[in-house]
Amino acid sequence: MHIVVPLRQSPDLVEELQINAEATDIDRQAAKLGISEWDEQALEEALCLKDGSGAKVTVVTAEGGQAEELLFTALAKGADRALKLAGDFSAPMDNHRLARALADAIGRLGANLVLTGVQSVEDLDGQVAVLLAAMLGWPHVSVVTRVELAGETAQVKQEHSGGVSAELEVRLPAVIGVQAARRTPRYAPVSKVRQAQKSAKLERLAVATDGRSGLRVRRVFKPEAAAQAEMIQGTPEEIAAKLVAILSERGLSR
Amino acid sequence: MPAGVYVVVEHLNGQIAELSFELLSAGRQLADARAGKLYALVLGAGGEASGVAGACGAADAALCVDHAALAGFAPEAHIVQLAALLKERPPAVTLVSNSSKGMDLAPALAVALGVAVVTNVAGLAVEGAKIVATSRLYGGKIAVEAEVEGGAAVLSLLAGAFPADKGKSGKPVAVETVSPCPQLDNARVAFKRLERPEAADIDISKQEVLVSVGRGIQDKENLALVQELAEALGAALCASRPLVDMGWMPKSRQVGKSGASVKPKVYLAVGISGAPEHVQGMKDAATIIAINSDPKAPIFDVAHYGVAADLFEVVPALTEKLRALRG
Repeated sequence: MHIVVPLRQSPDLVEELQINAEATDIDRQAAKLGISEWDEQALEEALCLKDGSGAKVTVVTAEGGQAEELLFTALAKGADRALKLAGDFSAPMDNHRLARALADAIGRLGANLVLTGVQSVEDLDGQVAVLLAAMLGWPHVSVVTRVELAGETAQVKQEHSGGVSAELEVRLPAVIGVQAARRTPRYAPVSKVRQAQKSAKLERLAVATDGRSGLRVRRVFKPEAAAQAEMIQGTPEEIAAKLVAILSERGLSR
Repeated sequence: MPAGVYVVVEHLNGQIAELSFELLSAGRQLADARAGKLYALVLGAGGEASGVAGACGAADAALCVDHAALAGFAPEAHIVQLAALLKERPPAVTLVSNSSKGMDLAPALAVALGVAVVTNVAGLAVEGAKIVATSRLYGGKIAVEAEVEGGAAVLSLLAGAFPADKGKSGKPVAVETVSPCPQLDNARVAFKRLERPEAADIDISKQEVLVSVGRGIQDKENLALVQELAEALGAALCASRPLVDMGWMPKSRQVGKSGASVKPKVYLAVGISGAPEHVQGMKDAATIIAINSDPKAPIFDVAHYGVAADLFEVVPALTEKLRALRG
């Protein structure tokens, strides 16, 4: 069983994002990049499957930025093999290009199962998991919170709204968009990441990046709110007193 | 002939999902702007599709397909059927929700039809033959205006961006039954069963007052702070998704897209930034109060009262004042 886990870098939303001078993208130089949170969940689910059934786990990511750190961290957590994908990833917000690159890589690496994040914070032209499956001609299921392997199929749990979930059986090979792993993602201590940096090797694979979204981004901007909250200012004491007054008006602080 | 607009209608137990009424509302506006027709697409099994189709009065016509493989939701069967149906018609705009189903449908359908896809759409405009879609990305903090050349695309609409009321109409609608496509018999994804949420200690959707906590609480140990606030206020404690994923709060307390939708008298959001997935589940609360250290957090766009300050200072002060009042 070979599981490929595509990882992507995405901006940390705790930091305030800036827009570039041309207003065509966020300012990527200023953004703090890290592993996309859903991809971290996908990697955890893949490693759980490896722990349980001895699957082989390969991680891949587009080169540049924090790519090497992402890959060494994945190796330190237990991934078997790590590859940097080389190609033209310069176009921002184009998941078709990324999906095309991943489809090319997976076609050459071979895989029974692809686990990746169900979404990223910058999906303008479709989620990568589904685009990738469509390009490979493989079945897919998104918003998955558990994957179990059973011979030539995977049993997956797909979440719907209102706490409802569905159990589906998927014939392999398949692409699964992971929402959350069965457990909290494991942590790789800095010492283990350093050890991976010294002992493990990252491979490099040149891939086709000729996917196109067919969209033209006209403007990237910070939206004006239609309505704004009435902001309450003051010291913590003063704020608390004003909140109590608001709650009292609604009969809630007796 | 002007291109049509097609809406993929989601339903459960014979009821149309609220999100699908939002699609019908957006679709009506788009179809009228392009002088085209609005079609509702309803897939299902055991005869349920035609019943649901009859309730899509905002559309000019409803097309329904009935087949055992379309029971529940197996992504592949729905995509294959929708692609087969749409390929026989002039290139069009197809609208889906950004629900779990929509996430599987939108990109795959676009690839199958060879058209563009735009996700997380919160605004739509028509400029001649072009469609201009405005998406909310980066947790709702950034808007991206993108142009789709030509008249065809699949658009996935954000929940809450279009008014559902305008998608509801008691008007009778012509329902046409379409034969299922032959590929439905070889689907590689099989729907097994639906699981209902487990009974919880409390049903947060029935509470009058909720204190809701998000990532801003930083550490599991700090949950005691908001628990104390909830007790002082006589409120139940709930949470945004990240805290549930980290195992800090039970699933039964999750508010948002994949959790519960709540409409309390007061919703006090603590350390919640207000990503669209969360806002979808709480925007209809009568009074929303938000405490968040980032003054630009999108939660302040939906809240009635906002406090842009350190929750670790404000929450204990508020708890103390409420306790003093209760004596």
